[in-house]
Amino acid sequence: MLQGWIIIGASFAYIGVLFAIAYYADSRAEAGRSVIANPWIYSLSLAVYATAWTFYGSVGRAASDGVGFLPIYIGPTLMILLWWFVVRKMIRIAKLNRITSLADFTASRYGRSALIGGLVTVIAVIGILPYISLQLKAVSTSFQILLQYPEIVMPKKGGTEILQDTAFYIALLMAFFAIAFGTRHLDVAERHEGMVAAIAFESIVKLVAFLAVGIFVTFVMYDGFGDIFTRAAQREELSRLTAPLGTAAGGYATWVWLTVLSMLAIVFLPRQFQVAVIENVDEEHLKRAVWLFPLYMLAINLFVLPIAFGGLLAFPAGQVDADTYVLTLPMARQAEGLALLVFIGGLSAATGMVIVETIALSTMVCNDLVMPVLLRLKALRLAERGDLARLLLDIRRAAIVAILLGGYLYYLIAGEAYALVSIGLISFAAVAQFAPVVIGGIYWKGGTRAGALAGLTSGFALWIYTLLLPAFAKSGWFGLDPSFLERGPWEIALLRPTQLFGLTGLDQITHAMIWSLLANLGLYIGVSVVGRQSASEHAQATLFVDVFTQTGERGSRWRGTTSASALQTLLGRFLGPQRALNLFTAYALERGLKSADQLEGDGELVHFAELQLAGAIGAASARAMVATVAEEEPLGIEEVMTILDEASQVIAYSHQLEEKQQELEQASSELRAANARLQELDRMKDDFISTVTHELRTPLTSIRAFSEILHDHEDIDPAERHRFLGLIIKESERLTRLINQVLDLAKLDSGLAEWHNQALDLGNLVADAVSSTSQLFKARGVAVETHVEPNLPVVLGDHDRLTQVMLNLLSNAVKFCAEETGRVEVRVRGDGPSVRVEVRDNGCGIDREHQGLIFEKFRQVGDTLTEKPSGTGLGLPICRQIIGYLGGRLWVESEPGQGSVFAFTLPAAVAAMPAMRVATGN
Amino acid sequence: MKTKGARAARLACLFLLGVLLFNYPLLALFNVRASLFGVPVLYLYLFAAWALVIFLVARLMERGD
Repeated sequence: MLQGWIIIGASFAYIGVLFAIAYYADSRAEAGRSVIANPWIYSLSLAVYATAWTFYGSVGRAASDGVGFLPIYIGPTLMILLWWFVVRKMIRIAKLNRITSLADFTASRYGRSALIGGLVTVIAVIGILPYISLQLKAVSTSFQILLQYPEIVMPKKGGTEILQDTAFYIALLMAFFAIAFGTRHLDVAERHEGMVAAIAFESIVKLVAFLAVGIFVTFVMYDGFGDIFTRAAQREELSRLTAPLGTAAGGYATWVWLTVLSMLAIVFLPRQFQVAVIENVDEEHLKRAVWLFPLYMLAINLFVLPIAFGGLLAFPAGQVDADTYVLTLPMARQAEGLALLVFIGGLSAATGMVIVETIALSTMVCNDLVMPVLLRLKALRLAERGDLARLLLDIRRAAIVAILLGGYLYYLIAGEAYALVSIGLISFAAVAQFAPVVIGGIYWKGGTRAGALAGLTSGFALWIYTLLLPAFAKSGWFGLDPSFLERGPWEIALLRPTQLFGLTGLDQITHAMIWSLLANLGLYIGVSVVGRQSASEHAQATLFVDVFTQTGERGSRWRGTTSASALQTLLGRFLGPQRALNLFTAYALERGLKSADQLEGDGELVHFAELQLAGAIGAASARAMVATVAEEEPLGIEEVMTILDEASQVIAYSHQLEEKQQELEQASSELRAANARLQELDRMKDDFISTVTHELRTPLTSIRAFSEILHDHEDIDPAERHRFLGLIIKESERLTRLINQVLDLAKLDSGLAEWHNQALDLGNLVADAVSSTSQLFKARGVAVETHVEPNLPVVLGDHDRLTQVMLNLLSNAVKFCAEETGRVEVRVRGDGPSVRVEVRDNGCGIDREHQGLIFEKFRQVGDTLTEKPSGTGLGLPICRQIIGYLGGRLWVESEPGQGSVFAFTLPAAVAAMPAMRVATGN
Repeated sequence: MKTKGARAARLACLFLLGVLLFNYPLLALFNVRASLFGVPVLYLYLFAAWALVIFLVARLMERGD
């Protein structure tokens, strides 16, 4: 009943769902509400690690090695504990430098070397081909087996025409999916939200499918875990699998090396780098992924052993390939729905891997292999062409098709000779070659470009010789016959690819890993130590290694200048003119400019443009492109050393220290000033108290003296007595006035004074004050004139207090005028938004240096020793307090001998209050 | 709230614990043809140790917040 059309229909329906999810996630991302910005999706997307290898191959491996499949999942569990150190650092570096792929990362680290980028790309592409062929093999095999239902028949090996080969069509279809998912538009950050969402969904599907078949085998076909293992233990050839690891320490070499290999693979597989580093939204997501991802792997491996033993028990030996047990067990029990679910789960695992892997690889091929070459080919004049975004996408699409066809080719050549897991491990060994240069690159500043080249080349060469060549030889391709493995090239036994230099007793992977990593690591370190870094290498090395200790913006390292519009045009060619304009406008706004036109092509802008471009075409190419419009002045090595070496950090720190010290000095001088001011205030308070007591004692002394005279001399004559009594009364009045004023001042100072503010007509108030002091003027023969401008605005104020101010000013004026010739003029007029009152006299005037003093408490101008003060010295300070409180200003203008003008202004109340003028009468 | 340094140190310790648990010689102790509840002890040990490591990491990472 599982006809071909049902299987194909279900597969396409499933792929349709994936597209819908991707489309939804992309549109959400464009609306700024990303669905993938949470740690669950991030952890699930990491599970792209579990491919068809995990889905079908683990059971196959378990059927021959028992727990031998487990290191592939325990390794990542261990490695992810170190992610907090390693991958977090990579994420930070990638974000700061707009890294788009593993090749870009490595190239950037070693002085933006196009050669390194290209080499990493070549290694990655060739190294991953076996892995992709594994997926094609798994899907085509499972499809062919399912098609034969209800019969369980293994597909024939070899001999099919390409055009009738299922795997060929699967390769083409997957290329189509990958193109549709990953190359719809060019992204500056090279992130694919839709793809990540779809991958996370696929991770759920494959887990559910695998758990379903596991539960079916364990609890439906058999009676739980114990039952399966007990039955297996009764058969000698199966009970061997329950303790497969050997007894000597040497027997664990394979186990240990597989663990190490998978530890490296989880970081350096291009697709893992893509989802873990490039697609990471927030470093904090690592926290949950650190345990959720291992938990996922535990769950998907829980039923591997039961299924393997179930298959071994259910099928006669050698009839059914163990790699297909996951599918064939449900088929044997006629569980059609489950078999279809398993097929979809396997498809899910394979497509997820292929999509992410080819997108990551195509980005590398485009940015680090093809573009650098095209840009260097002067004949193409690419640097001058208009819109390159289209070209970039086409290169990537072509790369995806080429990679999948390459995977298919590998499947044809070597696919039949190995089981799924063995094919995958060849790829693991290839990407492990990146470990020394990348991990060394982010922790060791001394690693050089030459060292990286030597390490990568030697490791890759040995990988080809010890793993790829034997795989081809076993299938007899390229004119290699299997005897080549036995006897070695030119009959030299020492050079046998699988027992190089006579190293025997190891499995093929362990053997290859030992030699390739030894050469790789040795040459990387050796050549680095012997050689010397160039200036730009050293700059990049510092940037990578010290990524966590650098603070803020990096200084503009581009020392040349260019025009902003040239940069914008350049960016526009790769990203589209509109995108470039948006980026530049945003950059300009960030810097407080109005538009992109105002930008200057300084080093910082060049750096910004380079970073944006790096996002699209990789660091090395971006450097080359920017160099076409921005001439950089050559950077001397000594100069870079001083700027970027640790010495410069020390300088920076000491500079910071200096700044801190200056800040401290400034703060302490401020403190000193504040302290001095406090001491001054304290002294003033003491002065004030002593002045007050002094001022109080003067009238008290005279009162007491006169009282004693009156008391002791009863015979004093009445006229004299009357005069003395009059003096006593006068002095007591003065004492009262003084005490009142001190109290008044204290109240004003402390803000406790009561204010009865109302709308006032200052003209009326002034006229009232003048008339109430007219007696004083008459007594001294001083003329007084009042001029009040009509229609003045009202002011807000306390009537009694303002009258007090006027009386004080008027009595002062009288006091300092000469008798008979004195003349006082009072003027009230508008002054802008305020009302201004002036009291002008023609008295002796005040020295400029004394003009500030007269407003201080108890300060009276004139020689206090010879002239008896005629006031308390508190009048003007009180007046200033009152006017200040009402929002106005009181000041004096005077020249000695020219008389003085005491003036104050008060702000006019709101214009709409003329009706309240009535209230001014009292 | 743990300091960053403390978390890093504990992660490193868990890594070392993992290396110890999944390696010779501890592994060899369980590499015997014996079973518990019908399940071979090696299988039981590997999955239990694995779950233990995951549990400890989850506790470390989720409690720090």
